[in-house]
Amino acid sequence: MSGASHVDVARPGFGWVVPALVFFALFALVPMLGLIYLSFTAYDGLNPPVWVGMQNWQALAGDQLFLDSLRLSGMLTLLSWLLQTAVALPLGVYLAGKQRTRAVLAAIFFVPQLMSGAAIAVLWGTLFDPNFGLASVLGPLVGVPDGNFIGNPSLAFYVILFVISWQFMPFHTLLYQGATRAIPESLYEAATLDGAGRWRQFRSVTVPQLRDTIITSGVLIVVGSLTYFEIVLILTNGGPGTATRILPLHMYIEGFRSFQMGYAAALAVVLLVIGTALSLVITRVTGYRQMTSQREGM
Amino acid sequence: MTTTSSTRPAPPSPPDAGTTAAPRRRSRTSARWRRPNVPGGLGAGVWLVIVGVPLYFLAVTSLRASGAYLADGPMALPSSLTVGNYITVLTSQFPRYFLNNLLVTVACVAIVIALALPAAYAIVRSRSRLVSTAFSVVLLGLAVPAQAVIVPLYLMITQLRLYDSLLAIILPTSAFALPLSIVVLTSSLRDVPKELYEAITIDGAGTVRTLFSLVLPLSRSGLATIGIYTALQAWNGFLFPLVLTQDPAVRVLTLGLWDFQGQYGTNVPLVTAAVTLSLLPLLVVYLLGRRFLLAGLTAGAGK
Repeated sequence: MSGASHVDVARPGFGWVVPALVFFALFALVPMLGLIYLSFTAYDGLNPPVWVGMQNWQALAGDQLFLDSLRLSGMLTLLSWLLQTAVALPLGVYLAGKQRTRAVLAAIFFVPQLMSGAAIAVLWGTLFDPNFGLASVLGPLVGVPDGNFIGNPSLAFYVILFVISWQFMPFHTLLYQGATRAIPESLYEAATLDGAGRWRQFRSVTVPQLRDTIITSGVLIVVGSLTYFEIVLILTNGGPGTATRILPLHMYIEGFRSFQMGYAAALAVVLLVIGTALSLVITRVTGYRQMTSQREGM
Repeated sequence: MTTTSSTRPAPPSPPDAGTTAAPRRRSRTSARWRRPNVPGGLGAGVWLVIVGVPLYFLAVTSLRASGAYLADGPMALPSSLTVGNYITVLTSQFPRYFLNNLLVTVACVAIVIALALPAAYAIVRSRSRLVSTAFSVVLLGLAVPAQAVIVPLYLMITQLRLYDSLLAIILPTSAFALPLSIVVLTSSLRDVPKELYEAITIDGAGTVRTLFSLVLPLSRSGLATIGIYTALQAWNGFLFPLVLTQDPAVRVLTLGLWDFQGQYGTNVPLVTAAVTLSLLPLLVVYLLGRRFLLAGLTAGAGK
């Protein structure tokens, strides 16, 4: 409010958003509608799609690989959420301290985040190589004499879980570190006056104050693990057998290796619906959208 | 871990916090962490091993001769170091992949900035209802995963005869970086006081000059954030190049690495040299502009 000046400020109109909107619609929204159409067609990637009605959708119910991939994706999502939260939260809180050692640690912990999923998968592929890798040395020490973690149907899934968590841990640690630093010092001073020790402060001050971050990070992990696939493709290719064929990988293999693109479209719809539904449920149940203050009365 | 006599939870709002804080100002930072945090330190130490060992392996192995690696084992201290692996990688197809990656990244950043800046300016300053509808569409777009469109996108790209071109990678990658970039820029532009817009109007500026003389300079840090965010997406992108290209002439680094592993899988030092080289540019950016990199990275978290 600068005095009584009534300047007729030039305002940009709708035309200014049109280029961005058209561009985004063309490569993201139009394909999404196309996806629904394609899920009712047979399409081999070469010839034009042919309408087949509900055929792909009926095939879903009888596809044991689909049901298995759904279960694997569900497990991967749940376990990576548990693992990443259990490690990233305390680690982020610890790294929020201003000590120099912690700053150095934070800088090192961050490096995996700079690597592409492909680079990480290739690196861990060499480490887990049963003949030439670290696994050949460490395997016998942890009860896997041949060091073949990747080739073992019951262990390969946990290798995937670990490597995916390794990649995304820095990001979530960073979120928790930033959020912890934003907690007002006065809360800790008050807790100290009340005689609360470090564990008590962590439980009664830090964790409740981090609620929004726990939700944000959780939504990103859930949606991320559902759609994630390059590490699995490169590290295990869904194997051994189909032991690590998660839903996005199943979609890719059906679509771009078996050229059942209509069926792959139906799988992608399932993926999209589950992802959207899960993030909606999480944000609704936790009341995230209401953005209620965690610092009421301050 | 600690013995505390207090049984009630710490109340979140001590009315006397301000008064007690004053004399203890010097110990503000230490009030929180008085004694050494032993469990915290141990946990961080374990994680340091989990992160540090692979990175050490990556760096050291890339400098070892392939024969020595096989003879001495993966974790042996190298007896001699060589840059031979790097030379082999750099004389392969790798430089071409690197260049392709660079082209894709630069093009994506340019497209995203060119489209997001005017859009964000309009969203913040326009009174048109259509613009706020457009913004809702953008917000909706935040939730669309790339997997969901890959099959129809393949159909589109082949129909447009763009298959096996860098454009096939650039166009969808930019489109998917756009919603978040617009949201980040919009929120950074909301802080510009309206008096500045009035002042520049009195100066005789229209919307175009306002964009270039006022909005552009004031959104520099926002632009850096979305630029780095987009560059990270483009540099490390995998799905679009995988599905929309095939020709080695347009291959990008991520696919090139995978290819390298398939080709030279048993030559671990060579593979680690390629991985290290692919990581190097981002490492340099990280060392030079850590703050911007972190901002670009966490742009997605909506904090």
